[in-house]
Amino acid sequence: MTELSTFDRALLNLLQSSIPICSHPFAAMADQLGTDEQTVLNRLRELKSAGCLRRIGTFFDSNRLGYRGVLVALSVEPDAVESVATIINQIPGITHNYEREGNFNLWFTLLSPSSECEQDILDGIAALDGVNDMIRLRSNKKYKVNVQFKL
Amino acid sequence: MSSVDISPRDKEVIRVLQDDFPLCEQPFKFLAAQIDMSEEEFIERVKKLSEQKKIRKMGAVLQHRNAGFTANALCAWYVPPERLDEIADKMSKHPAVSHCYDRNTAPNWNYNLYTMIHAKSRAECEQIINALAADCRLDQFQILYTTREWKKTSMRYFVDNQGESRDQ
Repeated sequence: MTELSTFDRALLNLLQSSIPICSHPFAAMADQLGTDEQTVLNRLRELKSAGCLRRIGTFFDSNRLGYRGVLVALSVEPDAVESVATIINQIPGITHNYEREGNFNLWFTLLSPSSECEQDILDGIAALDGVNDMIRLRSNKKYKVNVQFKL
Repeated sequence: MSSVDISPRDKEVIRVLQDDFPLCEQPFKFLAAQIDMSEEEFIERVKKLSEQKKIRKMGAVLQHRNAGFTANALCAWYVPPERLDEIADKMSKHPAVSHCYDRNTAPNWNYNLYTMIHAKSRAECEQIINALAADCRLDQFQILYTTREWKKTSMRYFVDNQGESRDQ
């Protein structure tokens, strides 16, 4: 990983919290950092191509956009994990899919525009070869959703 | 949750915003041009979507595996329901916790609070979890280490292939 300078840390900490919503947001950030717009943009492009940033973008509240979410845990035969994971990965509303240690060894999140749509997708997954058990875990309250690391 | 009202113009704004944020002098002008909108109108709509909390955040997510966080675990806790808010608030304040959600339980799965913990080693991860358990007086939990990331993407909202039609 690229060695981060003091300036980089300040820049990334600022960028992790929020991009100002104005005509020249990177100039506004540069003001806060005591530098100019081009310096901020050039360094961000470098840090992005060096792979330090997973994503610079907009993060939406899926519930407030009308989508419903569910965390699903699957118990899958060890030799079927790869084939099941590969099928799951192709479903657009499935955003995260992780293999974990334990009896429930495949965990994914699904966002769907309707409960019918969700039911169809989960019925299809439950019927896959090697899937022994499925639990559906729904959230009422998201206490913390920000992935931020103080650098 | 299904009766959310979002105008066709706002859906267009959301569709272009969900791509990578453009690293240029006037990113909102660049995005607005893709949907034949003025920069001013686009910025107003983005501000409104933020105020309505439909937008949670605009900014960066770091590549944490590269940032030295190699031991990542989902920790599932059983918390007495009447203590859920108190404990979730406490756990959310811990810097190693990136996500904290409540969840319903299932007949064979009696855990109702979930935290993602990011640490530099399994030893450190367990240290954090044991400290949280002691601090919150909890003794029922499962540490589910991530052994493989099969998929991690951002959701694409209001696109065609999800059983949701585009604007009528």
